Amino acid sequence: MKHIQTLETRDMKKSAENGGCGECQTSCQSACKTSCGIANQQCEKAE
Amino acid sequence: MIHPYRLNGYNIILDVYSGSIHVTDDAAYEAIVLLDGGRTREEAAALLPERLAACGAPQMSPEEIEELFDDIDALIRDEKLFTEDLYRDTRFDLKQRHTVIKALCLLVAHTCNLNCSYCFASQGDFHGEKGLMSFETGKRALDFLVENSGMRRNLEVDFFGGEPLLNFEVIKQLTAYARSIEKEKNKNFRFTLTTNGVGITDEVIEWANRECHNVVLSLDGRREVNDRFRVDRSGRGSYDTIVPKFRRMVDARQGRGYYMRGTFTHFNTDFTEDIFHMADDLGFTELSMEPVVTDPSSPSALTEEDLPVLFEQYEKLAVDMIRREREGRPITFYHYMIDLTHGPCIYKRVTGCGSGTEYMAVTAGGELYPCHQFVGDRQFLLGNVWDGVTATDVRDTFKLCNVYARPECADCWARLYCSGGCAANAYHASGDIRGIYPYGCKLFKKRIECALMMKAALQTAPEE
Repeated sequence: MKHIQTLETRDMKKSAENGGCGECQTSCQSACKTSCGIANQQCEKAE
Repeated sequence: MIHPYRLNGYNIILDVYSGSIHVTDDAAYEAIVLLDGGRTREEAAALLPERLAACGAPQMSPEEIEELFDDIDALIRDEKLFTEDLYRDTRFDLKQRHTVIKALCLLVAHTCNLNCSYCFASQGDFHGEKGLMSFETGKRALDFLVENSGMRRNLEVDFFGGEPLLNFEVIKQLTAYARSIEKEKNKNFRFTLTTNGVGITDEVIEWANRECHNVVLSLDGRREVNDRFRVDRSGRGSYDTIVPKFRRMVDARQGRGYYMRGTFTHFNTDFTEDIFHMADDLGFTELSMEPVVTDPSSPSALTEEDLPVLFEQYEKLAVDMIRREREGRPITFYHYMIDLTHGPCIYKRVTGCGSGTEYMAVTAGGELYPCHQFVGDRQFLLGNVWDGVTATDVRDTFKLCNVYARPECADCWARLYCSGGCAANAYHASGDIRGIYPYGCKLFKKRIECALMMKAALQTAPEE
C-alpha cells in the first residue's frame, strides 16, 4: 500500500482459537515487581 | 476501537482488538481519523483536502484519494482496522476457569541490610516482624507449588525480600531440593533472585549462574541518585559497594538473564540520565527503571506536575534507543520490550497478571498472599503453604479481576497491553483491586506509545 505500512503482529483473533495454554510467565514476576504489563512477555507456545 | 497518535515523526494507528499496527503517511492518518470520527467514506474523502492543508501535507488528486480509501477498505475487510471486540463475552468463562499456581514469590528474608525509605516492603519487614524463612517452610512452599501446578511444566520461583541473600544458605538448599524433584515431577523450575547486591560473593555468583534464569539487581542509576535512598543502616550510600559486585556478577552471567532494576522518584524525574549512566558509564545493557510506588504524601512521590517531564523522558529514551539500535549497540529497556509476533495470546491479555490465582507470595512464616505487594495486609491473607488456600472468597475476587472487570478500562485503547493493570496499585490508589491507578495508567500508555513507535521506526523507516 502506498500510504500505509502494516507491521507484522500476532493475529489476536487466531490466538483466541489456539492460545490459553498458560505456560507463559506471570506478569511482573521476573523484573519490575511494581506494575502489570503483559506486552513484554513472550508466548511459550510455538504456533 | 483504534488509537491514532503521532510521535517522533511517525503516524501510528493501533487497531486495538486485532492488535494490528499501521504506520501511515499524513493522508492515510487523516483519512482513518475522519472515518473513526463517524464520517462516511464519501464525507471523509470530501474533507480530506482541508485536513491535508491543515497539516501541511501535499494535496492529492481525486483518483489518489479514491485509491487511498480503497486501501483502507481492504484493511477493514481483512479485519486489521476498526475490528470489533470479539473477546468481551469470554469474561463469563473466566469466572469458571480452572487455574493452577505457576509462580511463587518467596520472601525468604523479612529483613534487609539496606534502609531505603521508599521501600514498599517497609525496609523488608512488610510492617511486621523481621525474620528468615526456614528450609522446612521453603521446601513446603515448593511442594505446594508442585502440587497445585497441574500440567503446567515451567514453574517460576523468585527469591525476594527484604534482602534474600541474608538467607542464602536456605536459598541454596531450596534450589537443590527443587532440582532433586523436578525430573520426577516433570517440572522445570525457573529461579529469579532479586537483590540489592550487598551480599554478592563469588559463591553467590556461581550459584546464580547455575540456578537462576534471571537475576534482578537493584541500582537506581547515578551515584547521587542511588545513594539518596539506597543507604545502609548508618545512612551510608550503597553505590560504591554494590556497583563493582553487580559488574562482576553481570560479567559472569555470559548471556544469561539479568536486569538492572532502578526506581525513580520525584527527586530524579530526569531518570533517563540514570539509564544512560548504567548503560554508558557502567556498561550494563539490560535495564529496567520503575516509577516509585509510595504514599502520595511522601516527598519522593511523583506529582501531576512531574508528568510532562516524565513523558518527555520516555520519548527521549525511545529516540535514543533507536539510535543505539541503528548503531549496532542496543540496550534493552524492560517496558519497551514488545514482541509483536510472538507476544501474549488474547487469554493472557484479558486475564492479566495472575496475582492471587496463578501467582502468590509466601512470607517467611509460610503465609500466602495474592502478591508481594499485598503482604502484611491481612484482609488479603489467602492461607498458608500447609493448609493451602483457605480464603477462597479472596482468591475468587482475584480470579475475576480481569480487564473486563474494571469499568474504567472499558474505553481504554491500552487495555490489551496492561490487562487492566496492577491489582495492588489499583487497591492502593482506589481502595478496590478492580479500580485503577490513574497515574500509573498515564505512564503506561506513554511507554506503550513509545515502544510501538520504536517498532515503527526500526521496521519501516529507511536509515537516515
